[in-house]
Amino acid sequence: MNDGKLLEVDVGVGGISTSVRPRALGDDLHSETMVVNLGPAHPATHGTIRIVAELSGEKIVDADVDVGYLHRGFEKMSETVDYNQVMPYTDRLNYVSPAINNFGWCLTIEKLLEIEVPKRAQYIRVILSEISRVADHLTCLGASAMELGAFTVMLYMMEAREDLWDLIEEVTGARLTVSFGRVGGVKDDLTPGFAERAEAAFKKVRAHLVNCDRLLTRNRIFIDRMCDVAVISAEEAISMSLTGPLLRASGVKHDLRKATPYSSYEDFEFDVPVGLKGDNYDRFLVRFAEMEESLKICEQALAKLPEGAITVSDPHVALVPKDEVYNSIDGMINHFELVMYGVKPPKGSVYNAIEGANGELGFYVVSDGTGRPYRAHVRSPSFIHMGAMRKMILGANISDIVPTFGMINMIGGECDR
Amino acid sequence: MVDTKSRTSELLETLQKEAGEMLQDSVIELGDLVVTVAPEHLTKVLSTCKNSPALAFNLLSDITAIDWMDLRDERFEVVYQLLSISKLWRLTVKVAVSESTPEVDSVLSLWAGANFLEREVWDMFGIRFKGHPDLRRILMYEEFVGYPLRKDYPVQGKQPRIPLRAPEVENTARRMHRPDLVTIRPKSRSQASANAQASEGHSSQK
Repeated sequence: MNDGKLLEVDVGVGGISTSVRPRALGDDLHSETMVVNLGPAHPATHGTIRIVAELSGEKIVDADVDVGYLHRGFEKMSETVDYNQVMPYTDRLNYVSPAINNFGWCLTIEKLLEIEVPKRAQYIRVILSEISRVADHLTCLGASAMELGAFTVMLYMMEAREDLWDLIEEVTGARLTVSFGRVGGVKDDLTPGFAERAEAAFKKVRAHLVNCDRLLTRNRIFIDRMCDVAVISAEEAISMSLTGPLLRASGVKHDLRKATPYSSYEDFEFDVPVGLKGDNYDRFLVRFAEMEESLKICEQALAKLPEGAITVSDPHVALVPKDEVYNSIDGMINHFELVMYGVKPPKGSVYNAIEGANGELGFYVVSDGTGRPYRAHVRSPSFIHMGAMRKMILGANISDIVPTFGMINMIGGECDR
Repeated sequence: MVDTKSRTSELLETLQKEAGEMLQDSVIELGDLVVTVAPEHLTKVLSTCKNSPALAFNLLSDITAIDWMDLRDERFEVVYQLLSISKLWRLTVKVAVSESTPEVDSVLSLWAGANFLEREVWDMFGIRFKGHPDLRRILMYEEFVGYPLRKDYPVQGKQPRIPLRAPEVENTARRMHRPDLVTIRPKSRSQASANAQASEGHSSQK
């Protein structure tokens, strides 16, 4: 693949101009290229996205990736509510791993407030983030495997995901839209006996992963479809701002949890798996290996979980205990003020990035000193990865679009905001 | 925590050495270095940041904009977030953009990843990026009126209805890519059916 002359004139930008196209690639009888429209509602694009691919035979000579079908105006809406009320909106960014988005938002506001949450809250954040990350990778790999015909793998992975979502549901009360983060801590403590149930669930998840590994990793059909498809070198990946599993699959060992640790990630031992070639198969392997690392982090965090408070004790940031609200005038006033006016960070702007399931999830927040953000912006990894998709599928076969799209793991809510 | 502080001041020193004369302002805000540059120096500063081995900002993390309305002289501010994977430091570069000529230079030649990011800023704020070859709307649709993230765009703003798009009747890439709009008028349709009737030999009736 990638032997066509056309690829050399690529400037990395969408937009089709067929009029100047020379007879392409010399591999078929047709003198004209054909345009195929994929999506926005297509059974194999799990997410609303449109790809207009121009084909010469089966080869993609040009493509336009069209996103934005799920745009809800997250950033505009965030300007109208207070900082804690943004939490449900962040749930709906990457709705497969909403806890990570919650905590990313919290960490940004906490950086603006210059506070650090108690150790126990940090550990709870780590536990829920890592469970969410595994669930996210399971969804990504399961769906992609199914699209390549491995239906059993999908069912196994969905079953494993159910076990993890049961854990999340037990703590947060919801499976998807958890809204569990709070500026200054988390909403609730872990439930009693959570560690034992988590251990049992992880055991089941690992058993499923072993099965999936056996079914998939050395499967000839799977390898043929994934290997050497959508190859991105390390330099290209960095130039196209790829982060997360996609960047690591290209061989760049960069993980924000290791590089700039937040939420006590420095306390845990884990590896950062990297790929060699940067093709779809490497992306699959990196994600698969990351799940085990995430489970390891969870186990360490549960073993070392410190005692203490789960929110900061500052009454201007976190709600005071109900006991104080009902029995003291100060507590009542603080509660009222926080509910009515919200957290008020000082004037300033801040960018804070964490390692989301898909890559660098950054929030840029401008505060004007009131209870509402003046400007809130998400650096969503899916959106930027979709910008690289054209480059990935150029020169590939049309059948390669689906696995490539699966490995990018675009989540519509996060991509289109 | 102490470590990041000394790293940030180290970064500031290096940046002063490499591109000091082009920086309008540099502050350390909440542990991060934020520099402001003039629009004419933007690409120069960013290419220095990218290409200088001492700085090594190889990854463009984010581009966004802020609408300051009447709070500042220049209405808009475009904000670039850079990350160095080898040095592991971050830099925020801000450039002020006026309301009368909302334009900055595109950094697409430096980072291919700027493509979608610049299109998003154009879509949301109406800030043009000079030199971007494909500056189309990205999250909104082509017929959208106005720029939704500007502060003067109402939160509950309503948009005019757009007519149905033409079905893809011709097998050409050009039409499919950005289809022309067709207004469907019932009147012309009844005329067409009337013509059809006429051609069959019947007398046309109202």
